[in-house]
Formats: sequence, C-alpha cells, structure tokens
Amino acid sequence: MTARTSPPGKPLTDRIRPEHPPYGLADYERHGGFQGLRAALKMAPQDVTGLIKAAGLRGRGGAGFPTGVKWGLVPMGAEAPKQKYIVANGDEMEPGTFKDRLLLEGDPLQFIEGMLIGGYAIGASVGYIFLRAEYVLAAERLRAAMRECRARHLLGRNVLGSGFDFELHLHTSAGRYICGEETALISSLEGKRAIPRAKPPFPATAGLFGKPTVVNNIETLCNVPHIVHYGADWFRGLSKCGDGGTKLYGASGKLRHPGAWELPMGTTVREILDEHAGGMRAGLKLRGFLPGGASTDFLTAEHLDLPMDFDSIAKAGSRMGTGTMIVLDDQTDVIGMVRNLQMFFARESCGWCTPCRDGLPWGEKILAGLHTGRGQPEDLDVLRQLTRWLGPGRTFCAHAPGAMEPLQSALKHFRVDFERAANRGVPITAAKTGAQT
Amino acid sequence: MLSAEELREIDTELGHYEQASAATIEALKIVQRHRGWVSDEAVADIAAKLGSSPADVDAVATFYNLIYRRPVGRHVIHVCDSVSCWIMGQPRLTELLKQRLGVDVGQTTGDGRFTLLPICCLGTCDRAPALMIGSDTHRDLESVDAARLDAILERYS
Repeated sequence: MTARTSPPGKPLTDRIRPEHPPYGLADYERHGGFQGLRAALKMAPQDVTGLIKAAGLRGRGGAGFPTGVKWGLVPMGAEAPKQKYIVANGDEMEPGTFKDRLLLEGDPLQFIEGMLIGGYAIGASVGYIFLRAEYVLAAERLRAAMRECRARHLLGRNVLGSGFDFELHLHTSAGRYICGEETALISSLEGKRAIPRAKPPFPATAGLFGKPTVVNNIETLCNVPHIVHYGADWFRGLSKCGDGGTKLYGASGKLRHPGAWELPMGTTVREILDEHAGGMRAGLKLRGFLPGGASTDFLTAEHLDLPMDFDSIAKAGSRMGTGTMIVLDDQTDVIGMVRNLQMFFARESCGWCTPCRDGLPWGEKILAGLHTGRGQPEDLDVLRQLTRWLGPGRTFCAHAPGAMEPLQSALKHFRVDFERAANRGVPITAAKTGAQT
Repeated sequence: MLSAEELREIDTELGHYEQASAATIEALKIVQRHRGWVSDEAVADIAAKLGSSPADVDAVATFYNLIYRRPVGRHVIHVCDSVSCWIMGQPRLTELLKQRLGVDVGQTTGDGRFTLLPICCLGTCDRAPALMIGSDTHRDLESVDAARLDAILERYS
C-alpha cells in the first residue's frame, strides 16, 4: 500500500463517493487510511493530544470546545485510573443536522481510525459508539468496518503490534434528543434514563461508570487521523479563520439545492447558501436562518456575509452550532416555525428539572394560540419572560436555554409578526386601550 | 419467559459493559425485535436477567420513545415533524398519511398493519420531508400524492 503524497483539500469527504458503498479496508488503506494511526502509535499519547491542541480543532457537535484541551483533562500516567473510556457521540438529532450521517455512511473507517487515535491519546482501552437508532445504514456499515478491523488487528488486543489494546462497541440508542447532551449520553450508555448530570465532576475525571471518559462528536473524530498524518500546520492552513480545518456545512429549507458540503472553516454564509445551495427557490426571499440547528438564535439577511465559524457567529448573537443551517423564506409562517421548534423542545425535555419540564409546554401552548388566531396581547410578555426564566443558569442543562435561543431571537427579529398574531384575538383598538376582552 | 435466542443475544451485549444494568436498553430492544413490543412480563423477565428491579427497567423502557410498551402494528411509520421537514410540507404529509391509513397519529390500523407515530429530525433534512417505515427511510416527499404514498405503503404487508 502507498500513502498518498499530496494532502487532500477536503480531507473528511475525500474518500466519500456519493451513491456508492464506502471503501473497504484495502481501498481505505490505498487512499491513505490508517497512516494517521500508524504515526500516532509511534508517538507518546500526550504528544498526540498536544498535536490536536496545536491544530486548533474545536468540537463539531455544537459547543466548539477545543478537542485537545478536552483530551488533556483526562488523568494520565501511572497514577491515573486503569480503566478509561472514549465515547463517540453519534446521536445526531439536532433538527436540521445531517452531517455525521454522511461521514458514517460514507467513510466509517475514517471515523474508526479517529476513535482509535483518540483512545490511544487518552489511554482508553474501550470505546463506545453511541449511535441513534434511526441510522440503520450507518450501523450496518460500522459493523462491517469493525469486523474488518478486528480481522486485521486494528481493533482488539495489541493493535498493529503496538501493545495498545482497544475494544470498540456499537450502542444503538432508543430515541430521545437529550441523549446528545454528553452527560445524558453517559447516563443512557449506563442503561439509565438519559438525564444530564451535574458538572463538576466533568466526564474527563468521572464519566462512564465513574471512570475518566471523553465524549467526542463524530465529525470531530473524523478530523483526527488527518491531523496526525499531515500535521497541525496543514490543518490550520485549511481554514479561513483562527479555528483549524474544514467544516461539513449543510443547508435545508426552500433552497434550490439543499445539501452538505465540506468547505474551509470560516466560509461565509452567503457563499454556502448562494454558491453551494443554489440560492432560494424561484419567487422566494430569505427572511432568516438558524445557523447551526434548532437550538441556535435566528440571524437575518444582514448577517449573510459573516464567516461561519464559532467566534464570528457568536459575535453576531447566535451560535455556529452544528454548522447546518435551516433557512426561513418569506412565505413560510415564522410563528408556525417557532411553534414547531418549541413543540420539539417541549416534547424532548427529559423532565428532570421543573423550569424545562413545565416551562417549555407553556411556551408551546402560547405559540399554538398565536399560530391559530387565538393570540392575546399579553402573550408576548409571557414569552419574553420565559426566555429569561428558562435561560442560561436557570435549568439543570442546556436543553431549555437552547430552546430559548430561536424564541428570543424570533421575538426580536420578527416582532411585527408576533405583534400582529398577538392582537388577532381581540380588536386592535381594544388592545391599544387595554380594554378587557 | 425470555427465549433462548433472546437470552443469547442479551448475553452478548452484557459482555460489552462493566455493569449488567448497562445492557437494559439493548435487552429491551432485543425483546422488542423478537416480539414487536415490550410487555409487563418481559420487563420483569429482563429485570431478573440483569439483576435490576422491574421498576428500574420500566423507568428506562418508558423514557425512550422507540421502546413500545403497548402493541404496535407490524410496521411502524415514523413521520419526521422537526423544523426542516415542517418547512418542506410535513403537516400535509401527515394529513395524507392519516387519510390513507384511516388512523390518527398514535394509532394502529384496524388490520394491525401500520402504527403512525411522529419522530424528531431523521437527519436527512436536505431531502425533506422524510419518514421511516420500519428501518427504511423514505425521502423527498414534498410533492407526494395519494397514489405515490399508496405505492410506498403497498411494499409493507
């Protein structure tokens, strides 16, 4: 087998051939596969972590936490607990997000290689893939890839004769969005209700079964083999901004060509929507968009020239999240859209803490009224209050605050629509004078 | 009683975890794959097998939407009702399904063939709206009509 000589410009999707089954092990290795793992196994584990830090890889699950820093929090050395775990978060359930599916279906070996390197770097001998139940094809392809890896000593005892042992297990889930929250995911992997846990302790010190655990997103792990193979400088060079690498961006809604594309990190929203997604469908105008899934604040046409990277989108008052955009056009009812989002979050609350369990259905009920001509003038005040009561710091985990992001920003950017809906239930004049209805 | 096949499959999963109760979700899914749903009796049997209490196993079973604690049809239809599918016409798709099947969301057809349920984002938003029937994903259903929908449903007897 020969390693490819020129590094790919789109490393994550380089080996993916749409509408074709993924490469098997032999083809994968012929196209540069397992070069990263081979290089990593010759390095000290901490040096692998150092390399990931230097590359500026930030978590692709939505939060953007630096991956190398996360790995660096795991206790290492002779004093460290013997059993540690690495867990891949393949619970991709953020509405509007469809990137990890492509990576798992298209190149499962790339992901497994990333998992192996991550396990080696933190000293974990067991890894779990937490995969949502609905990703049937991804599960099938992962199982086939894992079988091939076992047969070739890439998984199991003494990986490639290096002395590193690594077992990998696939856990297919049974539903519930909250499983994507890393501590809820750990609860679920332990066979419990997927309820988030208090932090600290952080999973890096006390995670799965109380052992040091790293939870990484699928796309994050897929970047790892390339960083080890081609180096931190190469990875940083792929990006248009301070964060390293490419990003698997996506766009859905009434666009000409919705889809997902691997592009330099920091590509502008306009380029993604106009050049790659083909712009809006004929006769429609863009009114707003959720930059990175359902739990991110709406942005509007004035934000189209922003680079899609963690810091630029945060400065504009939203989050890049998963980097998969949902576009609102001028003929889709914004109140209906926000109602749909809040219905989702209300249904998916795990029920553990009261503000989330009771507050989200309250907001959903008000939005249902606004959406069906039963709005009340005071509705908007209640919704605004909810965005504070369910905001950061008021709930056990980020679920309800995430739900409030599209709501608070919709109230701000699409105020006229909400005011019109709120006054539909009573005559405008009565509403103006504060008359009772 | 759990069948020999079910016990064998659960034992395989038990080998993947350092605690037996961690295999609860797998055990529930195994039983459901064989029987279609999870009865009270099955909950108690799984609890006995894993050394948990029936209440603990039921707490898990009732948390996850893809574990059925009531009988369902031979094929479960999950219609994605998350935001991208909603924008692309999911409400119309759901109405059409209700009409063709003669049931409301949450119900099973009289012949026990289909159960209609909502599901959150299926991760195929660029080809919305989408639904799953059993383990098959059907996409690009924006302009689906009764004839095309019937043709899809006919594949599931």
